[in-house]
Amino acid sequence: MSSTLIEPSSAGSAGSPKSIPAKREITTKPRFSDKVFRGVVTGGGLSSLVILGLILGFLLYEGYATLKSQGIHFLTGSNWQAVQNDAGVVDLHKSQFGIAAMLVGTLVVALIAIIVGVPLSVGAAIYLTFYAPNFIKKVMVTLIDLMAAFPSILFGLWGFFILEGSAEYWAKLLHKYLGFIPFFKMEVPYFSRSPFIAGLVLAIMIIPIVTSISREIFSQTPLDRIQAAYALGATRWAMIRAVAFPYARSGIVGGAMLGLGRAMGETVAVYTVLNIVYKVNFHILISAGGNVASMILAKFGEASPMEVKALMAAGLVLFIVTLIVNSLATTIVARSKKGR
Amino acid sequence: MSNDVIVPANTTPKPRQPWAASPKDRIETGALFIGAALLSWILVAVTPMKGKLAYVAVFFLAFIVIDFIFNYVKRGSAAAKDSVFRGAVTAAIVIAVMPIVSILATVWIRGHKGLHWTLFTTDMHSATYTDPIAHGGLLHAMLGTALLVIFAMVLSVPIGILTAIYLTEIKGRFSRPIKFLVQAMSGVPSIVAGLFILAAIVYPMTKQYNGVEGSLALAILMIPTVARTSEEVLLLIPADLREAGVALGGTQWRTVMMVVVPAARSGLITAMILGVARIAGETAPLVLLTGGGDTKNANMFHGPMGSLPYYIWKGFTQGTPESVTRAWAGILVLLVLVLVLFGLARYLGNRKVGK
Repeated sequence: MSSTLIEPSSAGSAGSPKSIPAKREITTKPRFSDKVFRGVVTGGGLSSLVILGLILGFLLYEGYATLKSQGIHFLTGSNWQAVQNDAGVVDLHKSQFGIAAMLVGTLVVALIAIIVGVPLSVGAAIYLTFYAPNFIKKVMVTLIDLMAAFPSILFGLWGFFILEGSAEYWAKLLHKYLGFIPFFKMEVPYFSRSPFIAGLVLAIMIIPIVTSISREIFSQTPLDRIQAAYALGATRWAMIRAVAFPYARSGIVGGAMLGLGRAMGETVAVYTVLNIVYKVNFHILISAGGNVASMILAKFGEASPMEVKALMAAGLVLFIVTLIVNSLATTIVARSKKGR
Repeated sequence: MSNDVIVPANTTPKPRQPWAASPKDRIETGALFIGAALLSWILVAVTPMKGKLAYVAVFFLAFIVIDFIFNYVKRGSAAAKDSVFRGAVTAAIVIAVMPIVSILATVWIRGHKGLHWTLFTTDMHSATYTDPIAHGGLLHAMLGTALLVIFAMVLSVPIGILTAIYLTEIKGRFSRPIKFLVQAMSGVPSIVAGLFILAAIVYPMTKQYNGVEGSLALAILMIPTVARTSEEVLLLIPADLREAGVALGGTQWRTVMMVVVPAARSGLITAMILGVARIAGETAPLVLLTGGGDTKNANMFHGPMGSLPYYIWKGFTQGTPESVTRAWAGILVLLVLVLVLFGLARYLGNRKVGK
């Protein structure tokens, strides 16, 4: 083929007797092996979508009956009573399943965690980024990263046996000196296992994640701006206030929201520390509270099949709420990381 | 200039550090410290505040106040504000690290009492949690945790790494949504993963508790960690390597499998280890799903399966001094496992990528 056909580009070297190779086809069409490869990898990549979809689907399927019979009361009611009919089967229409008390509890405990944990984490991140000598920085970062790997039951036990004593004392101080604030009111002076203490444990649990995200964002502060601030005679505090904070603000908000998502979904630590009582309670120092996740764990043991379905519905609500909070947080963090 | 010093040729001049603390600064700082310590001692002695934590808190406040006054007098208000802020962030890091130290110390102090050799050689089939600590052990729990974790790894590591490869190598049109979903998935509460397996597998199909179900729930929690860490590692592989692979005539499949993945091997192992560390202590889904057996059970597909977190959980919920000691001993073992994994991940992660 090539001996008879002389291509225009090779006309100049027509004198050579050697055969001229045909022009190879240049294409971006992937080969068969690549197609398989891409298919497999894409399949693996889509698994997160599939898993999240399945979680949503199955929880909805199991919880649907409850959601339908309870309607909006599932979110607004704060009674959890499984009423059995004569046959000993739970009657969906007479039973009341409302998770408002636990939703409030979830929010209260998570907010305490944010209020206590975020300033600490941001302060720690500032110290690590702008103040710490290299050696101290390495040790502290390792310790805080290590803390992220601690199992939640460990935080729970520590909170129950160690923090409890000190925290009870702090709660008494709060009550004594700030008792006029409605949140710190007490009818019965019983301070142990309160939402306040659970919130403190959660605050400690979210320190690693909020610190690491804040640190990452602070460390991306443009160096030229930092140096410009110093060159204008700023002290370190003035530089941080004028340059680092405005740069990192939205990222910190995102990090705090990620912490909020963690705190809202925490199960075992809250179950261990908190005295789970099923009622709406804004008085954070009183020994009664709960969150959705720990309520599910607490009720699961002796739940009848019908009640388990109600718990599934509660799990669905928890899943959706944490998913929304996490998505928002992820978006904010991603946007602020890109820089402006 | 008038007193020229002849520098010998073989010595280099010592670099000066005008920003470093001079002896005078050091003495001043020391004096401030002593002053703050004295002030806090007096405050604690006079007021009803008592306890070690009160000492620390009062000391910090006293130091910040004294430092503020000192700087205000010596350097003016800007420097004074600066010193207060420095004191505040230092306090923040100390408070943030205090719980970690306290936790590590507590686990050792309370846990080592429960340690003895039979703990690692027997299970709980002939002992109850309230027995004296010398009876029974947690062999079944260690076996269970090992099996649960290995099975979860087998499921989640391929999926996690494939997700990472999709995000870094194929960069298809689903990249952004998948990245987003992986992030969102990392926030799924562990109890929800447990409920999902309950709804999807236990009630419609198996109708019994066993190890595999626990592993499935753990895998869901492990995938995001593996995927995100692997993605970061794969992004560090220089594009030159990929281009070289393709330029040598390799297909994308050969390039990824023979160039990119081997180059990132140690990083991918780190991702795996971090994933394991994430799930090793996960309790809630195991309480829902595995049934928490007290005897050795190597069959993932049949019968209740013990695990370290479940052992701790049981010990804690029984509430007697013996059972709580068991729980702390279990936590000590679990924490050592987590520490080893963490150290390993650090060691591998600190090595240069591509070795």
